Amino acid sequence: MDMRVNPKAKLKLVMVGNGMAGVRTIEELLKLAPDLYDITVFGAEPHPNYNRILLSPVLAGEQTLDEIVLNDWAWYTDNGITLHAGKTVTEVDRVKRMVRATGADGSVIEAPYDRLIMATGSNPFMLPIPGKDLAGVLAYRDIADTQAMIDAATRYSHAVVIGGGLLGLEAANGLMKRGMAVSVVHVGPWLMERQLDEVAGQLLQASLEERGMTFLMGAQTQELVGNDEGRVRAIRFKDGTEVPADLVVMAVGIRPNTALAESMRLHVNKGIVVSDTLQTVTDPRIYAVGECAAHRGIAYGLVAPLFEQGKVLATHLAEFGIGRYVGSLTSTKLKVTGIDLFSAGNFTGGANTEEIVMSDPSGGVYKKLVIQDDKLVGACLYGDTVDGSWYFKLLRDGRSVADIRDKLMFGESNIGDVGHQGQSKASAMADTDEVCGCNGVTKGTICKAIKDKGLFTLEEVRKQTKASASCGSCTGLVEQILMFTAGGDYSATPKLKAMCACTDHGHQAVRDAIRQSKYTNTGAVFAGMGWRTPNGCASCRPAVNYYLISTWPKEAKDDPQSRFINERMHANIQKDGTYSVIPRMWGGETTADELRRIADAVDKYKIPTVKVTGGQRIDLLGVKKEDLQAVWNDIGMPSGHAYAKALRTVKTCVGSEWCRMGTQDSTQMGKDLERAMWRMYAPHKVKFAVSGCPRNCAEAGIKDVGIIGVDSGWEMYVAGNGGIKTEVAHFFTKLKTAEEVLEYTGAFMQLYRLEGWYLERTVHYVNRVGLDYVKKKILDDHEGRKALWAELQFALDGEPDPWFEHQKAAVDTRQFIPIKPVAMEGVIV
Amino acid sequence: MNAWIPIARVDDIPVLGSRCVQREQGLDVAVFRNAQDEVFALLDRCPHKGGPLSQGIVFGTSVACPLHNWTIGLDSGCAKEPDEGCTPRFAVKVEDGVVHLDVQELSTLATDLTRPLAGPQRKTATA
Repeated sequence: MDMRVNPKAKLKLVMVGNGMAGVRTIEELLKLAPDLYDITVFGAEPHPNYNRILLSPVLAGEQTLDEIVLNDWAWYTDNGITLHAGKTVTEVDRVKRMVRATGADGSVIEAPYDRLIMATGSNPFMLPIPGKDLAGVLAYRDIADTQAMIDAATRYSHAVVIGGGLLGLEAANGLMKRGMAVSVVHVGPWLMERQLDEVAGQLLQASLEERGMTFLMGAQTQELVGNDEGRVRAIRFKDGTEVPADLVVMAVGIRPNTALAESMRLHVNKGIVVSDTLQTVTDPRIYAVGECAAHRGIAYGLVAPLFEQGKVLATHLAEFGIGRYVGSLTSTKLKVTGIDLFSAGNFTGGANTEEIVMSDPSGGVYKKLVIQDDKLVGACLYGDTVDGSWYFKLLRDGRSVADIRDKLMFGESNIGDVGHQGQSKASAMADTDEVCGCNGVTKGTICKAIKDKGLFTLEEVRKQTKASASCGSCTGLVEQILMFTAGGDYSATPKLKAMCACTDHGHQAVRDAIRQSKYTNTGAVFAGMGWRTPNGCASCRPAVNYYLISTWPKEAKDDPQSRFINERMHANIQKDGTYSVIPRMWGGETTADELRRIADAVDKYKIPTVKVTGGQRIDLLGVKKEDLQAVWNDIGMPSGHAYAKALRTVKTCVGSEWCRMGTQDSTQMGKDLERAMWRMYAPHKVKFAVSGCPRNCAEAGIKDVGIIGVDSGWEMYVAGNGGIKTEVAHFFTKLKTAEEVLEYTGAFMQLYRLEGWYLERTVHYVNRVGLDYVKKKILDDHEGRKALWAELQFALDGEPDPWFEHQKAAVDTRQFIPIKPVAMEGVIV
Repeated sequence: MNAWIPIARVDDIPVLGSRCVQREQGLDVAVFRNAQDEVFALLDRCPHKGGPLSQGIVFGTSVACPLHNWTIGLDSGCAKEPDEGCTPRFAVKVEDGVVHLDVQELSTLATDLTRPLAGPQRKTATA
């Protein structure tokens, strides 16, 4: 029974603060529980919520104030939110649960609450020096400050910025662009010392000096000197020197704005202290989010962690009771057009750390990577930051970099990205240049979407524009564009990525649960692991289905409706809805009889295109769905699985049987491998190649497993890839006999089948777990290797060919047969 | 008054799957069945690039297009945000476990829409 006096009355939610973190929280809340609360928002500034990060581009004249508004007045009305803008909250009575605010005109507004969000943000720190209250002395925090700086730039000529940090340099850059002569006063040893090391800091200084900025490094400010009208006219230093200044901007740091919280007797320590659910530790009705909140001793100042906090808080306000904020790692980029810098983690290094440094001061490029215990712990990049997100990912993942150490400095993009003309600097690209070659998205389209739709994160850009959503090779470029356009200071929490929106579990958790709880069907996984959707979605269901059949061969039942169409139809769908058929040709060898049958089928079913594939097979394109079964039957060759996440092709060279250079019978080796492992479903497609000598005509160096014959046996290479990023396979081991090649290849494949995440190619799997781990499992553990090979053989034993054994392969043949309504009788009127 | 024509028994459609109904003119109509045994009918053509929705993965009350993974609502025929566009819907009546479609709609609705061309016919079409 509902004991409330009036169960229909909505709860009252009041938010103190109308900034980015707070309003994002409300947005997330409205998505989850649109009708739970009556919402009232108090904002001290007379503006709706705007993007504070973009004040710098506004100051620099690159954007206007209107363009940086995130939620216009209508948004508040449309969502039934009462907004008191320009009203400062002066008092909160926690006993009566009442918020009291005062307007500029002295009017008082009261609002009662059931739940209260403190989103008061932070205040700029003003140096306590004589003259700080003179006219023309400003902080740099809000629209009013920005407007005052823009106005000053039209009337005065000398500006001094105190503070050579991120904000100070952005202010200095903006004022300079507005025509002022700008000096930056900085007490630190070099610029942005909290984000950059000394070398990068000096490169930055040189670059800004070149643009006309003046620096007074190590200068200690004594006082600000005013003129007769009470306006600042100069800044005086401790050594007695003076610099003229009609405008002084103090950008020496921000402090969480906790004055109100303290007056409410909330526990404050470097911010309003909150738990992992963003609840204040003092009062369970009160939450704090954003720059004013101290979570595990840290008050964050960048937008991504704050949005992450907002998301978590929203789930609790919506009474879902799920989600914890566990802290974030942060990275920094500077929003000064034309200057690229990036830093993350411990970029200064220290005892027990090693550094890899690339320094080209005249070329304007500097990169430093800090490594500790074989892990990347920090990065500082200047001039070329395209790999920043990659380094940041390595840093977050905490993965061992021992195996890629030699390539680390050259970045992810240096291994052969394709699809965006080898561009690595987004700022150098024109609006019409294509950024994402997969989805044909230009830089202009991305910029427009970011501005029009108010996007902040890579995920949002991917969703809206599809840029970098397919192969992902342009991710770095998209992030750069995001940074320049939206000012997104990214960083992400080091938590596991959820499989999809249906669940919070990651791939590994799902794999583990399937094994531990012995789930054998998708329904059991969804129920047992608390899926939010009844039957998953197009992204998790195929993954779960694969995990089930690979973990429990012969026990879990393959579900055709959980497979992509190609694996349900056992052919490859084409843009017009027809299919392509690729029969298997063992090791790429064929016969006159097979070719004759193929030719006859082409004529009989009027197949429009016949093409030789890169994997030494023949592709028949444009086969109608209704004809598929008949074509398979007429050709009478096994399924090539060219449509499946499975073993595709084993490419071979001619080998010692014919070739005058050949040292080994590569064709036979390829045929044996293919016969042993065809019908093998895997996390992603798998390709092998076997060459008969080191000339390597079968291109074994870019295959999941490449075997190269040498006089004394076979060399085995793993985890190569010829796709988006050309990845050269790693030398794995040297083997003597063909039997060993089968055993080692099979064991590697079974390890990948059991541990790989769905849609993860061997190259990504090996990158994730490290080559050393794979070597330990396959090369060092003889028993384990033999067991893996035996497991694979068990799993593949008796597996059906879906082209011929429909029932056993769970092929629903109804899908080939169209319904013709005319054939049915009886029209009901 | 609608004239309904029986198409198939609900059981003839795979759960979380579909069947295609051929028409005299125009593209097929895709008839879907979800896990709750609800039946929906849409023109078998994604509003994005004309992909055959009948071949997609069905979940909840949606289908993911097999070509580029747009999510189309089975009840509305419309793409899920942020994608935009709708495919025509067909009225469905289920009576005694038999699915019926509207005769009038089958013969007239969206008969002009086509699929993209592929292969050699593409070149002859554009030449």
